[in-house]
Amino acid sequence: MSEHNILEVKDLTKHFKAGKKQIVHAVDGISVTLGKGKTLGLVGESGCGKSSCARTIIRMYDPTSGQIILDGTDITNMKQKELKPYRKKMQMIFQDPYASLNARMTVRDIIAEPLLAHNLVKNKEEANDLVYPMLERVGLTKEHANRYAHEFSGGQRQRVGIARALILEPQLVICDEPISALDVSIQAQVINLLKDFQEEKGLSYLFIAHDLSMVRYVSDDVGVMYLGQLVEMSEADEIYRNPLHPYTKGLLGSVPIANPKLARQKEKSSMEGDIPSPINPPSGCRFHTRCPYARPECAQTTPELVDVGNGHRVACHLHKA
Amino acid sequence: MEPILNIDNLKVSFMTSNGEVQAVRGVSLSVGKGEILGIVGESGSGKSVTSMSILHLLADTARIKEGSSIRFDGEELIGAPKKRMREIRGEKISMIFQDPMSSLNPLIPVGKQVAEMLLEHHKDISKDEAKKAVLELFAKVRIPEPEKRYKCCPHEFSGGMRQRVMIAMALANKPELLIADEPTTALDVTIQDQILQQLRELEKEYGTSIIFITHDLGVVAELCDRVIVMYGGLVMEEAPIDEIFEHPSHPYTMGLLNSIPDMEQDKAVRLKPIPGSPPDMTNPPAGCPFAPRCPYARKICGAELPEFTQVGEGHSSRCFLLYPDAPADDNNPFRREV
Repeated sequence: MSEHNILEVKDLTKHFKAGKKQIVHAVDGISVTLGKGKTLGLVGESGCGKSSCARTIIRMYDPTSGQIILDGTDITNMKQKELKPYRKKMQMIFQDPYASLNARMTVRDIIAEPLLAHNLVKNKEEANDLVYPMLERVGLTKEHANRYAHEFSGGQRQRVGIARALILEPQLVICDEPISALDVSIQAQVINLLKDFQEEKGLSYLFIAHDLSMVRYVSDDVGVMYLGQLVEMSEADEIYRNPLHPYTKGLLGSVPIANPKLARQKEKSSMEGDIPSPINPPSGCRFHTRCPYARPECAQTTPELVDVGNGHRVACHLHKA
Repeated sequence: MEPILNIDNLKVSFMTSNGEVQAVRGVSLSVGKGEILGIVGESGSGKSVTSMSILHLLADTARIKEGSSIRFDGEELIGAPKKRMREIRGEKISMIFQDPMSSLNPLIPVGKQVAEMLLEHHKDISKDEAKKAVLELFAKVRIPEPEKRYKCCPHEFSGGMRQRVMIAMALANKPELLIADEPTTALDVTIQDQILQQLRELEKEYGTSIIFITHDLGVVAELCDRVIVMYGGLVMEEAPIDEIFEHPSHPYTMGLLNSIPDMEQDKAVRLKPIPGSPPDMTNPPAGCPFAPRCPYARKICGAELPEFTQVGEGHSSRCFLLYPDAPADDNNPFRREV
């Protein structure tokens, strides 16, 4: 474990039981590292396991196998009680600011709750000394403290969610689609706020989103997931400039371009079909059922994630080291 | 292009316990034959309410104000009898929505639901003929194994497949106008791309006019011929597709374009968000609804509502800064060197 990494995940697997004898292969052998003060983006279609991966890392789910090392400590098999001090170091921001805030608590209580839960303050009055500056820091005011979540717009609620996650001064924040429920004009506000915090506190983000241009903008490294596995991983600009995996190419080719002239010139290379079920994932390379370049070997052997130079890693039989 | 739909001075309010929500405050627009019109705006801008008014799909609390007019193919739809609207819905004008799951009946096989569309409007076709037509439609919208899928219920479909069923249903009677209200917002980009391509092909094949409502400027750029930008229940800007991206002429449109990163965006440079949040429509601002968030707002902007200024061919915008007598100082983004 390098001391420059806040998070190291090795061969992480999370399977869920679905009915009798059926297993959902939500996360299947993911290995990633996240440097201190850096942002790792995870992209992929819905059902690719990116949220399950994040939730297993933060130990909301118990991993099936693999290893999670947070700031040098192995937290993979810790019991909830042992885990508590480490929970302070990792926090989460959720997608839906309507569902992730308790409707019966005031904003002050929502933001103060983590402080009280971790016994960092003696009482609510003491908590206020931390809550008020935090409210202002996320662009709300002291006057908002006594209101309830339903009195706020989506963007303001997401600010409350951010305040709640950051009041504990965590080192790692998992952002699971933090802007996809927000209006376009508000998304940039929230992204700038997250970037400001990162610069100020040296935070590390695991940033999950399906908006590929936003992921590129915020991330240092980007991993592309397909059916529970990483198919490509690289420095962010490199992966967008030089995608190697056919799935990454298809994904990037599907992103609408906000420029009508370029959009008309774009080669139309729609990816065919839907993502298959993670209950019985395809054999070999899991993408072979949709891949335009699939060869017989693709259905038989699973390609390894190999480094093809400059830390650009790809799992595809067409690209070997 | 001859318009198929003409909306004139549409005003819609909702009566709620908090007072009157003025969702749409005088919208005028037209859609040409075979044209794809994009309506862009954020939540609460009135874009969905405008489109729902066309087919009389508004909630009971909605009031359409006097003086509003929606003319389809020369026929006034506001106040049209229920029976006439039933004939128009699905036959002449169809609609698809963001969430296909809540638009489909969960208990009836999808094939049968689409066949209903045909049987409802054509008393003379048999059930077998309807089924044959549905299978053709399924193939057209690229639902694999149509025969097998015909008997499936909606829960057996993925989101993208359900949306294809909705499109098949909407196109069953080859309508003249298709209203698509954020049909790809809930879908993955890969599936969105497939659906957009299909809509484009269908528009070419049938010559169907499309109103496409979205908040995604990228989708607009890929699909639409013309764009209307709405804010605070009003049309702020209207322009042909290339114009809106090359010469945005309203501070709100400019703000929207600035707040999305493109694939080339320099990471060291902060995004330029639009500050603040959209207006409360129970008490809409007296002047330009965007004035409280506008970086260029003057005194007059908060007090009066500007009229449209023509800035180019088919391009007009509602902003005081475009007025010929507007001061050409540094805080006017539209000042043109003479």
